[in-house]
Amino acid sequence: MNLSITRSTAGTFVRTAVLFLAVALLAGSATAEPTDESTAQTAPPAQSTDTGAASDTAAPAAPNAAPASPEATHPGATPGSIAPSAEEKIKATIPIYYLGKKYDEPLPLSVVEPIITDKGIQGARLAIEDANRVAPFTGYKYNLVEDIIPKKGDIVAKAKEILAKGNAFIVADLEPDDLIAVADLPEAKNSVLLNIRSSAEKLRQEDCRQNVFHIIPDYAMRADALGQYLIWKKWPRWFVLRGDTKGDKDYLAQVERTAKRYGGKIVKESVYPFPPGARNLTSGYQQVQGQIPQATESAPDHDVLWVIDTNDDFGDYLMYRTYSPRPVVGTQGLKAEAWDPAYTESGANRIHSDFKKKVKRAMTERDYTGWLGVRTVTDSVMRSGKTMPPDVKGFMLSKDFNLEGYKRIALNFRPWDHQMRQPIILGGTRVPVSTSPQEGFLHQTYTTDTLGYDKPETKCKFK
Amino acid sequence: MTRIPLAVTTAAALFAFAVPASAATIFVSNEKDNTVTVIDSDTMKTIDTIKVDRRPRGIILSPDFKELFVAAGDGDTMDVIDTNTLKITRHLDSGPDPELMAIDPTGKTIYIANEDDSLVTIMDVKTGDVLAEVPVGVEPEGMVVSPDNKYTVATSESTSMAHVIDNAQRKLIANVLVDSRPREAKFTKDGKELWVSSEVGGTISVIDPKTWKVVQTIGFEVPGVRPEQLQPVGMDFARDGKILFVALGPANRVAVIDTATKKVLKYILVGQRPWHGELGPDGKKYYVANGLTNDLTVIDVDTLKAEKSVPVGRLPWGVAIMPGKPGAVADKS
Repeated sequence: MNLSITRSTAGTFVRTAVLFLAVALLAGSATAEPTDESTAQTAPPAQSTDTGAASDTAAPAAPNAAPASPEATHPGATPGSIAPSAEEKIKATIPIYYLGKKYDEPLPLSVVEPIITDKGIQGARLAIEDANRVAPFTGYKYNLVEDIIPKKGDIVAKAKEILAKGNAFIVADLEPDDLIAVADLPEAKNSVLLNIRSSAEKLRQEDCRQNVFHIIPDYAMRADALGQYLIWKKWPRWFVLRGDTKGDKDYLAQVERTAKRYGGKIVKESVYPFPPGARNLTSGYQQVQGQIPQATESAPDHDVLWVIDTNDDFGDYLMYRTYSPRPVVGTQGLKAEAWDPAYTESGANRIHSDFKKKVKRAMTERDYTGWLGVRTVTDSVMRSGKTMPPDVKGFMLSKDFNLEGYKRIALNFRPWDHQMRQPIILGGTRVPVSTSPQEGFLHQTYTTDTLGYDKPETKCKFK
Repeated sequence: MTRIPLAVTTAAALFAFAVPASAATIFVSNEKDNTVTVIDSDTMKTIDTIKVDRRPRGIILSPDFKELFVAAGDGDTMDVIDTNTLKITRHLDSGPDPELMAIDPTGKTIYIANEDDSLVTIMDVKTGDVLAEVPVGVEPEGMVVSPDNKYTVATSESTSMAHVIDNAQRKLIANVLVDSRPREAKFTKDGKELWVSSEVGGTISVIDPKTWKVVQTIGFEVPGVRPEQLQPVGMDFARDGKILFVALGPANRVAVIDTATKKVLKYILVGQRPWHGELGPDGKKYYVANGLTNDLTVIDVDTLKAEKSVPVGRLPWGVAIMPGKPGAVADKS
């Protein structure tokens, strides 16, 4: 088992240790029993966990592999005596790999939006911190091993290096081709890859893999989430204006599917005619103001303009400039997302506040999926008591996997394509507008299966 | 911090003599309005609205009913209201983002869940001194003290555990894994069982305090209601301890469970998103706050029927009830 540890995780241990020491001291002084054996036990061995010997030395006193069970520590009625500690021995320290690449990412169209270069990894770090904070209660600790390679780096070589140590939990911050290349390595067969980045449809359909789980929603879920809301609003006529990238075409196919499923009508679909240019021009708006009405005037009557611009080249230009006064939805305007910095339902305030304290910026969608990916592993380990990837994978696909992720309902995986079922936030606005599935869209098992590909429609055949 | 208009005391005085001595006073925290609604249980009319700090949720009374404690999550403080004058008299420095709290039977110690810091703050009620801070799981919420005052239990919503604190030692002695997003914890009247509601898991875990192990799990089923909507949150045992009322949030129902058999006896339709409730002093009525319809539903404990709903503030969250009337009863007796 790899026990190398990142700087940030080590920091957590130290802080946790300090916290526990402080509490132990407090408790000690309150009971006037300074030589309390359990006080020493309360402080996690910050130093030893950084070494390979950690998991072996952490539990030397335990007569067997089983943790000190709660009833064993039940104090009974011995007044004046020190209550034994409720802490679990650390049963295992488990590495979770974060595999990413420094891809070129489009600059945000708005200068107000900060350029963020650490989306995803920051969410994963927070989830590790959360899990390690409660390690004294759960008995499991985690190392986040951060392997983010340069743009031109060899992802397969890096993956092989990780997998040489054995089956692994890999949070994959990868584009589709890289993800598939890693998943198809023979040595990755019994590993668990968690896709936190790509919405590409083929990863859930013809290119699905048995060792890949999709934390991030696909384009079909996004299109259905928006489509349901538009149908509920009785805004069924959509004018689709789009870019022409791979992602744009992928999303377009799903919007067309949504229209068919839910009774929407695409009145016109056209490619945005002006090539993308530099951003934040000092006097660019005059030109844009003239261009947008041109690009939108020929569409028949419609209720909304559905923009598909995954590169963030022009979508924001459309609002308030269209030929007809129509709301903009899609990749800009009202967006369908796994997470939104302004979403506060179902206890979400807690994680926004923790994230902001730690990272000093808002939590983006990829930070959330990074957090949720790590949490998928840590929660499964805690509940199943299993630590090896193939066993944990079995638990993730069982009825007992019911993940809490600030989405009101329990999250779990579709067995037919390993996509995580989840409510989708309709946001991108200063205050989120709604969450789908919408009232009235029913399903015999999970209402969240009204978003995306249901079992009878799937093209996924796991190899 | 006393922003209570003069009219309040006058109004309280006016209503005071018009009401029989058996009357009770119902306090409801309104999360969105930053207020506490004060209702006369006989007339079910609002007799006062107290402005409190931001985002009031947890609301409890001292065992002698003289003080009302309101946890204001966004205000990072706990307002203490004199139930005689209905004025905020002091604040407890609760630590950041207090949500729920419990006072021990002696009335001396208050246990506060600090949601943002994964801590339980143990505080002297009178002085406000912090006696200890106990680290628990991520996002602590529910708090309860055992009837014999030996243990306090905090639930952690994100970690999904019930954490048991030994009150004498102020230390954790057990951590019990339950279903996702545990909200409230309640001991049975005899202290022999600890019940924990799991909102997202959709169950109540029954825990044996001798072993601190889950011995039974209670689920819910209502024809025509999607399983994911059956989310138990607030729980209260009836005065005789024989039944438990549990608010099922998005299912718009309060379930009634037989304490002995653990079977659901009835689902009572109330307002939208019932959250927390409380029994009247004589135990004959159960009052539950409905977050999305901004009202309070009265349930008759004998017939298990919803009798009426009365308007309160926006996003009502919790309920606390004291016997008697503000000012009047205490002054007259």
